Amino acid sequence: MRREIPLGITIFVGFLAIVSFFSPPLEGLGEDFTLFFDIIAVFAFFLGGGNLVRLHLTKLLKKKRDWGFSVVTLVGFFFMLAAGLFKIGNPGDISASVTAQGSLFATLYYNVHLPLSSTMYALLAFFVASASYRAFRAKNREATVLLLAAFVILLGSTPFGQLLTNWMPGGIDILEIPNLAVWVMSSPNLAGQRAIMIGIGLGVVSMSLRLILGIERTYLGEDRG
Amino acid sequence: MSRISIIILVVVCILFAVSWLTKTNALDGDNPVREAFLVTLSAFLTLAIMSFMYKDNPYYKFAEHLFVGVSAAYWMCVGFWSTIVGNLVPRISDSLASYFMVPPQPGTLNFLYYIPIVLGILLLMRLVPKVGWISRWPLAFIVGTFAGLNLIRYLRSDFINQISATFVPLVVDWKGFGDFFSHLSLSVGSQFVDMLSNLVIFVGVFCGLVYFFFSREHAGWFGRASRLGIWVLMITFGASFGYTVMGRISLLVGRLTFLFRDWLGLIS
Amino acid sequence: MGNIGVLVVLLLILGGLVWLLVRALKGKEVERRVIFAFILVAVAAPLLLTITFEMKPTPIVRALYDRIETLPPDSRVLLSFDFDPPMSPEVQPMANAVTRHVLARGLKPVFMTLWATGQAQFNITLTDVIYREFPDLVDGVDYVNMGYKAGNEGVLNVIRTDFRKMFPTDVNTVPWDSIPVLEGIRSCSDFSLIVSLGGGKPGVKEWVLFVGDPTGVPTAGGVAAVVAPQLYPYYPGQLFGLLGGVKGAAEYESHFRDNYPQFESMDTPAMVMMGPQTVAHLVIMAFIVIGNTLFFVTRKKEGRR
Repeated sequence: MRREIPLGITIFVGFLAIVSFFSPPLEGLGEDFTLFFDIIAVFAFFLGGGNLVRLHLTKLLKKKRDWGFSVVTLVGFFFMLAAGLFKIGNPGDISASVTAQGSLFATLYYNVHLPLSSTMYALLAFFVASASYRAFRAKNREATVLLLAAFVILLGSTPFGQLLTNWMPGGIDILEIPNLAVWVMSSPNLAGQRAIMIGIGLGVVSMSLRLILGIERTYLGEDRG
Repeated sequence: MSRISIIILVVVCILFAVSWLTKTNALDGDNPVREAFLVTLSAFLTLAIMSFMYKDNPYYKFAEHLFVGVSAAYWMCVGFWSTIVGNLVPRISDSLASYFMVPPQPGTLNFLYYIPIVLGILLLMRLVPKVGWISRWPLAFIVGTFAGLNLIRYLRSDFINQISATFVPLVVDWKGFGDFFSHLSLSVGSQFVDMLSNLVIFVGVFCGLVYFFFSREHAGWFGRASRLGIWVLMITFGASFGYTVMGRISLLVGRLTFLFRDWLGLIS
Repeated sequence: MGNIGVLVVLLLILGGLVWLLVRALKGKEVERRVIFAFILVAVAAPLLLTITFEMKPTPIVRALYDRIETLPPDSRVLLSFDFDPPMSPEVQPMANAVTRHVLARGLKPVFMTLWATGQAQFNITLTDVIYREFPDLVDGVDYVNMGYKAGNEGVLNVIRTDFRKMFPTDVNTVPWDSIPVLEGIRSCSDFSLIVSLGGGKPGVKEWVLFVGDPTGVPTAGGVAAVVAPQLYPYYPGQLFGLLGGVKGAAEYESHFRDNYPQFESMDTPAMVMMGPQTVAHLVIMAFIVIGNTLFFVTRKKEGRR
């Protein structure tokens, strides 16, 4: 029964989502069930937070390696949680937006969360530069075509590309780098992305069908006793 | 802690204090001390993350762990207030709705809204190893919903509509061979370029799909089509790489803009 | 002085690249931290010198601009802020530019988000554009912020047919019936235009799949550069316009400023970012050439051995 009931739930909900698309009388029920999904998604956030606390608390209590940083995580977590749940410093009343300007929650977002998350991703600029120097090799014709296309896009994205080729007469202005970049994006790039998209689309459809028909069961995990 | 670590920590603290003081003097407004502290904090957190480029260090680890905690709590809070208080509470309890000052939403099917509460609590049981298996029920609900929604949407938009959009006219604006050759040019928007673009799209999609068909040996004409598909895909990946570079550089520009403008005041 | 500064910086960077090339020809690699320092200088220097360029809009960007231009005043437009801080250097400028354009045309934007962080990112647009440049506009009458709802595609599936069911109040818990902007709105089909601003999941793709395609409402997007190439298959049938990365944002800002002289002094962060982008792109291309030079020289040496 540990696997049959969840399988039944998947099949029922999956079929309802599909049938409600084709049957207007069931549209309202389909919307309600989708709302249930949205509410459960928030519980998934709570699960994520709870798991984080459990992980770092364990690390802290067992004095594992770098346990001091777990204190930082837990303090940051509970401080932000209190600021948000109790709307500390919120200029409005309980009905005001949790991210209202001037609230402690918004202050922590703009001065802690925003710089940290932005900078984490900004590091990728360094890694892409390093990869350009070390990894992107024109080892064969295909790789050379890849790099040439990248060069056209890189140059076409900047005014320098216009500067290099604006001497071209009107009759062959498709070869001006900015125009060529636009053409590359809207023709060969479109073709390749569409081929990939069709393939992925078929994959998603077949996987969805397998899930709804109960053939695919790996999401249920292992059955231990 | 080693001596060098202590020295670095002291230097960081001194620099923090100097920045805070300097910014306080430079800023106008209601509360320059608070604003200066917040800008300095943001700048130091930014530099702590960037210090990873030199090597992994305790300042980076501190910033990383702080980010994880703050981020998790942020999503929990916003999710709670927007969806639990905004959509669930008004349907299940008038008194709670009154407490949170949200308008109640009466409805004949509101009793069904205890289902997501039960499923949500079952999902939280995942934290308890002994009864964690019960979290499969809400997981099944999530998987079933996703599967049902995606099947229809991907079939329509990513398969049928994409196939339909590929069948573009290979001959555009045809007025006869004389007109075609007399206006033959490689200028943007010309008849020849439009026809070439449509041909590239049609043949490119077809050959790209042929490449991904691994059930048949890529030999003969099938193999030639597959090779052409590879070339189209290489151009696609090259274009993606170009845009990826643009995107990553933008992120760095964004952070440096903050450091130079908001913190150091070097640019307006 | 500014031009001399630009020249000096470009010469310095060029000199550094020549040094790297000479090392590559000798078969010597450089440490990765030197590469990091290079890209830092390539981005920082143009930023400090505030080099900007005028941009001509490409057809895919122009399509969104022209559509907003042709909408009758008081048309309701749905703008979804589906991004987080890492995407904000690229997407925030486009969000600000599109919002400014919509309000300048007298249209009525309805803001929402599928990302929790989008709610806070919208506040930046609220402060920098709406409060600063349109101080006479009234929340609820001229625009409204519906806020965030969890559920990704689930949210889209509900608002496609019943917007009010998902958003019974705005972000400040003002009831639906008390918001004049929403009068007559039942579902997404009642909007004249949908613009999704983001770059992850859920984002423009999900808007096309779950709302744009089924309802036929004109849908456009503004996305981070990384995601832009993947959305071209939807253009122009399912997605009539797309702002791709900071370049798309800069083109939009430039075109808007050219056509709305009253906004000549507006902030143009995307246009400012194009200076560092240009230099960084050239440096990246040089790295690829130098890296390949090193590769071929090393391979030749190993072949001789």
